[in-house]
Formats: sequence, structure tokens, C-alpha cells
Amino acid sequence: MRMVLPGGLDRSKLVLPILLLAAAVYVPVAVLLIPEGSPFALSVHSAGLFGKYLCYALLALALDLVWGYCGILSLGHGAFFALGGYAMGMYLMRQIGPRGVYGHPVLPDFMVFLNWQELPWYWYGFNHFPFAALMVLLVPGLLAFAFGWFAFRSRVTGVYLSIITQALTFALLLAFFRNDMGFGGNNGLTDFKEILGFELQAPGTRAALFAATALALALCYLLAAWVVSSKAGKVMTALRDAESRVRFLGYDVERYKLFAWTLSAMMAGLAGALYVPQVGIINPGEFAPAASIEAVIWVAVGGRGTLTGAVIGAVMVNFGKSWFTSAMPEFWLFALGGLFVLVTLYLPRGVLGLVSDLWSRAESHRRRRPDDVPQASP
Amino acid sequence: MNSLIRLLAGLCLLLAAQGAAGPAGAADLAPLVRMLGAGGFDGTERAVAGMAEAGEPAAVPVLEALLAGDLHVRKPEGDVVVARRQGAEMALTDPLSGASLGTAAPAVVDKIRINNSLRRSIRAAIGSLTLMSPDPRIRLNAAHAVFKSRDAAALETLDTALGRETDASVKQAMAEARASVILASASAPEEQKLAAIDTLGERGDREVLSLLTGLSRDAAAPAALKQRAASVVTDIEQRMLFWDALQNLWYGLSLGSVLLLAAIGLAVTFGVMGVINMAHGEMVMLGAYSTFVVQEVFRAYAPQAFDLSLLVALPVAFAVAAGVGLAIEWTVIRKLYGRPLETLLATWGISLALQQAVRSIFGPNNREVGAPSWMSGAFELGGLSITYGRLWIVVFSLAVFALLVVALRRTWFGLTIRAVTQNRPMAAAMGMRTPRVDAMAFALGSGVAGLAGVALSQIDNVSPNLGQAYIIDSFMVVVFGGVGNIWGTLVGALALGTVNKLLEPYAGAVLGKIFVLVLIILFIQRRPRGLFALRGRAVEA
Repeated sequence: MRMVLPGGLDRSKLVLPILLLAAAVYVPVAVLLIPEGSPFALSVHSAGLFGKYLCYALLALALDLVWGYCGILSLGHGAFFALGGYAMGMYLMRQIGPRGVYGHPVLPDFMVFLNWQELPWYWYGFNHFPFAALMVLLVPGLLAFAFGWFAFRSRVTGVYLSIITQALTFALLLAFFRNDMGFGGNNGLTDFKEILGFELQAPGTRAALFAATALALALCYLLAAWVVSSKAGKVMTALRDAESRVRFLGYDVERYKLFAWTLSAMMAGLAGALYVPQVGIINPGEFAPAASIEAVIWVAVGGRGTLTGAVIGAVMVNFGKSWFTSAMPEFWLFALGGLFVLVTLYLPRGVLGLVSDLWSRAESHRRRRPDDVPQASP
Repeated sequence: MNSLIRLLAGLCLLLAAQGAAGPAGAADLAPLVRMLGAGGFDGTERAVAGMAEAGEPAAVPVLEALLAGDLHVRKPEGDVVVARRQGAEMALTDPLSGASLGTAAPAVVDKIRINNSLRRSIRAAIGSLTLMSPDPRIRLNAAHAVFKSRDAAALETLDTALGRETDASVKQAMAEARASVILASASAPEEQKLAAIDTLGERGDREVLSLLTGLSRDAAAPAALKQRAASVVTDIEQRMLFWDALQNLWYGLSLGSVLLLAAIGLAVTFGVMGVINMAHGEMVMLGAYSTFVVQEVFRAYAPQAFDLSLLVALPVAFAVAAGVGLAIEWTVIRKLYGRPLETLLATWGISLALQQAVRSIFGPNNREVGAPSWMSGAFELGGLSITYGRLWIVVFSLAVFALLVVALRRTWFGLTIRAVTQNRPMAAAMGMRTPRVDAMAFALGSGVAGLAGVALSQIDNVSPNLGQAYIIDSFMVVVFGGVGNIWGTLVGALALGTVNKLLEPYAGAVLGKIFVLVLIILFIQRRPRGLFALRGRAVEA
């Protein structure tokens, strides 16, 4: 008998959040308190690297919510990620203040360079962290809501939806490349100094950022798990498998899709916002359609429609990417390409599906054995 | 080998030129050149007149040097040289051949002096020598030069030259030059000036526009003149607006045909078979690299037949891309029929691997693909400037489209493809081997992408990322035009190309493109199945 938690959550869903919480405690301790040279110590650099993986994991989680449970394959989730990142980047940019290369008290360096006289209106308010944090969720959320409102209402589904999400992120990519947009053009936003008054490069800040990312991932995971196990989540799963049938049963399919889609975009925005202070830059490259498609493969590798799988897949693939690109850079694209093909052909349920298959096979094997064995025992 | 041939050809030309101009030209001129330095102003005057009479264009640089004050007489020998200051010394060159004669102290050479009347006759001589040169190109250039300089001294020569001129285009240029000179001169009567404005109005290019605009705003000019100039200016502006619009339309057509080429293969695989092939762009890239390889082979073994390399590249690119497409279909796509989203991911993986493979083999940099001679150059059509390269691509893409339509409509193979598209189970029940039809259709679509690569190699950088640049646009075109309908692809490609280019002057290239993308996103909301959707009763899932 499985134990069910108050929110209708399966207890197995707590494993990952607990692990993440442990990491959120352990990593800062390992970075700050454990002396270097100890096998348990962690460099600031690797804390940053793991923090980046967890941001990707949060993006993958957001993607799994829509792809794994609503059947909406988004090839443009990178757009929401990057928008969240830009919102955070704008806050960090404003925090530089007069310490920029040109020393202008208000304008970021690139605006001084472009001979801009005053701050564009859409930069107002970003010097306040709460406002920026609100925008991190609001901007991707609103864009997703508007996009989804039109797309789902007109019943754009399947491949068509995938292609227009790609068009969306491609259009944003082109737009953010423009200098006149006021987001730093090609170079994006960088040279950040501090966040909430803390030096960004300081080990303490890095460790705290990691802990915040792990915490955010754990919370979002719990939220997503709660959503998919709720009644609405059951409807989502149903419409993934047979949309017309759910519609004929009288459900307002668009509302469920729109809800999941917007929630997912906000999670992706949050992931981007946590990503930017840890890598120190946000540029239009994050909008590239290729980046969004890469995120899809993280989910596929881990196991679509499992949430846990998305997190595992994102960390695994990115760990592999880091290793490949330093050990043999020319083979990374072969490996990634091969991963796309092999996973779709032979691992449709991802690593998690493989593990659970092996597990249940071993289980049934073990269960069968006691029936055979009795004769042997005296 | 190639360069050797060129060298030989060059030598032959040189010899021929020497044979023609050597004895008759330079030799005849030599005594006249010597005369320039003897006998004071009168002697120089006679020599200049003699040169003008000889009608030998080789004299032009000599006269120009004289005008610039560079012609000197070398003292003991008494011969005429071009001497220019070089530090403390004078650098000497032969005025006719331009060969260096070493250096000399400034005291050794005497400058040939000229006065104002001499200056006039020198200018007239230069003008008549070039305006009456036997080579129509030189005459044309001379006329253009007069048009720009608006030098009143050239008027007399111009009139003589006009009288003799037989070549219509040169005559036209001379008449325009004359008009511009008359307009600039203070002494010409008003009727002549009015006629000149009309002559210039017919030419109607930007230069005339600025000239006449200046005149129409000139406070000193007579009112009638200003009025005529202003009306001609409005005429020209309207005409230019018209040609500009037409030019933009042509650019749009040209971009549309490029989009059509890139998307037409996709229209078969995605449109007809419902397979989302994200590696389609890489098929285009393979076609472009096949062109590169074919051209390298031509460069190495048959440089004289280089112009044929593109024609040879066509079947090669088709075969390479179709072969790779067939392999992909056999190994991957076959196993994923009916799972479009998984197909999308798997083919994306293939595209990454193909890009990296090409990068490993050919290097990450752009490869140079040459243009055959029949594709370079441009011609004017009214106010349009059309490059042959673009024209051929438009023709080629329409030809590929027509071939594909014929293949799908008129052949047995096309019939089976259409049957499988319309009703797969029924086609199978009638005994068609649908897996084979799928494979052949996919190979066809990929092969057509390879053909597109040959054309795109002419206008785009051949790099491993070539395909990436087109994949999103291609999908937009197919989705916009309507899946399962290659006529829709034609309309979609031309419409998107034209809209893009017509927006460009107002919004800029990038903003125009963003606008088109947003337009497509909105359009799909209205018509989720594209412009020309196949009508059916099927309900998905």
C-alpha cells in the first residue's frame, strides 16, 4: 500500500526534494567550511557548475510538465528561460551603478556606448529586486499566456504548435540581437558586480546561489508533482493521450493546457533568472532554437512524463556535455546527435523507464523464486 | 594549367595589340611628341594639333601629362620625358610607353611651358581624341566624363562627335553630356536649356535628379527654367518610385525562389508524407558541399570546362542527398512512422551529427564555391538591375518545381506517392508496398534538397551551418502554404519572400523578418492547416 501525503502526493515524490535539500545544505558547507584538500571539499567553480545544471534541470522540469503531461512539445522553451534571464540580468545591470567602464551613474555601459541619453521606460523599476523578481515570473508568464491563448483556442496542435514555438523563439532571437531593442544587442548583459548587495564572485554568494537554485528546483518539483497528481493533472494526462475524446467528454481542454503552459513558462523564467547570476552573462544566444531543442532531449533522456526523469536527464546530459566538450570537443555533437536518435528509437521512456523496467523484471524474478525454492529447503 | 592558358592568351593579345598599334601608333606619335618640346608655344601648338589629327588615343596620356605640367625636355638629348619629383631627384618616364628612364637632377630637364590658349587646344584635343576614339567604350566613357565635368570647352568637340556618331547608346550618352554642358553654361539661350532639361529628364537617374533639383531651387535661374526642372524632377521621382517598387518585387521574387528551393523538398517529406525532417537543412548543405567537391575535381582535372561544373554538380548533389536521405529513412524514420514528435527529435539528432561530420571532413570555415561565367554579371532592364546569378536561381527553382509537379502528377511513381498520402491503408490494401513508396518519396525530397544546395552554394556561404539558416524558413513556408500541397508551397514561398522584401525598406531587414515570423504565428492561429489545406473528415487522435 503506497502512502499518500496530504496533497495527494506519492511519498516517492519526496525523494528528489530531500536530496536537493541535502545538496542545498551540503554544498555551501563544502565550499565555505571544509578546508581545501579534503575529499569532501568543493571548489567554487564546481558549485557554480552544479548550480548551472540545476537551472537546466528546472527548465527540463518545466518542459516535462507541458510535454510529458499535456503532449505539447515546445521547441521554444528557451525563450521563456531567456526572458527570465534577461529580467534578472536587467536587475544585475542596474546594480552595477556607477562602477561601469564609462562610470555613468544610471545608464548601463552599452547604452552609454550607443549614445543613449536616458534609460528606456521598460528599464524602470529594475533597480528594485522585488520588481525584477516579479518580472522574472510575469514576463514569461504573460507571453506564454498570450501565445497559448491564441494557439490553443485555434486548436493548433502537434507538429504545428512545435513549429510556431520555434518561430516564436527565433523571432525573439532576432529581436534581441538588435541594438535598438535596448538589451545590449549581440553582447547581451554582462559584467555584473553584485546581487542584493553581495559580491557576485564571492564564494559565499556562489554557494548561496546554489542553495537557492536547489531550493527553487525542489519547490517547483513539488508544485509540479502536486499539479500532475491533482484532478486537473489527470485531465491533462488524458488530453495528452486523446485530446478529442477529452473534449467530447465536455472538458474545456484549452483551459487545462493554458494553465500548464503558463505555469511551465514561469518555471522556465525562474530557471533563467537563477542561471544568469551564476554564469555571469545573458545574451541572445539563449533564444537560439537549437538550445530549446536541446532542452527537449534532456527530458527525453531522463524519461518523459515522470518529472524526476527530466531533472535526472538534464543533469546527466549536461554533465556529459561538460565532460565531452573538454575531453574531445569535436565528438560532442556526434554524441548529442546519437543521443537524440538512440533515445527516441530505443529508450522511448528514457533512463528512468529503463531503470524501472529492469527493477520490475528483477522484482518479478525475485517474487517467482520463493515458489520454486521451497522443495530445496528442508 | 589554367593560369598558363590565361598567360598565353594574354601574350597573344599583347602581341596583336603591338602589331596593330605599335608601328602605326606609337611610331607615328614619337616625332610629334618630340615636336612638343621644340619651337616654343607655336611648336607645341602644332604638335598638339597634329596629335588631334592623327586621332591616336595613345596620345591622350601624353597630352594629360602636358596639361598637368609633367612633360619636360631632357637637355642634352632634347627628347621629351615625363618627369615627376621624387625627393631631390626627378623620376623620368617615357611619355608614350610609360617605361621608366631612371632619375635625373632637376637641372637636367626643362619643363614644357603652356599658356591659356594652348591649354584650351590641349583639352579640345584630349576631348576629341577620346570622344572620337574608334573604340565605342572609350567614347562612352568620354561622354560620361563630360557629363560629370560639364566642361563648356568640350561643347565644340562634342557637337562634331555627335555628328559622326553611329552607335545609338553612345550617341544618347553624348546628347545627355551636351545637355548637361548647356545647362551649366551661362551663355546658352533659354530654349536650348529647356530642351536640355527634357533630354536629361529622359535619362532620369539619380545624378540627373540631384542636378535638376539643384536647378529648380536655384534662385538665380529664370522662372520658366525652374518650373520645367521641377516638373521633370517630379516625373523622375515618380518613375524612380515605380522602378524601386519593381526592384523590390524582383528581390522578393528572388528571395521567394530561394525559399521555394529550400522548402520544396520539405513539401514532399513533410507535406506529402507527414514526416518532420529536421535534417532537411543538412541535405541542402550536403548538396552545397557536393558542388564544392565537384568544382574541386574540375579545378584539378578540367579547368577549361569549369563552366560546366554546376551542371555536373546537379546530378551528383541529387544522388548524394538522396542516398543519405534513403539511409536515414531506412535506419531511423521507418521505425518512427506515426510518431511525428519523436521523428522530429531523431532527425534533429541526425542533423547535428551530419553538421559535425561535415565540419570534421571539410573544416569549420566557409568553402569557396565559384560561379561559372554564365552566372556572373548583371544586366539592366529599364530601371531594374538584374544579376544573372539571381535570374538563374529563379529559373532553376521554377524548373525544379515544374519537374516535381510533373513527377507527382504524371508518373507512376508520383501516383503511388499520392495514393499513399491520401489513404495509406487503402493503398496498402490495393497491393502497394507502402514502405517502399515512403522510402522513395523521402529520397526524392532529400534529393531535391540537394539540388537546392547547388543553387544556394552560389549565393550563400558554404559552411556546415548552411542548412540551419534555412530550416526554420522552410518549415514556415510549408506550414504557411498548407501541408500536403506543393502548389501551396509555391504560393507560400513567393508570398513570404515578397512580403519580406517589401517590408524591408520600411522596417529594416531584421525587423521585417521578425514581422513576417509574427505574421505567420498569427496566420496559423486563423488557419491551423495553412493557406491551402487538404480537406478531409479525419479527426486527429
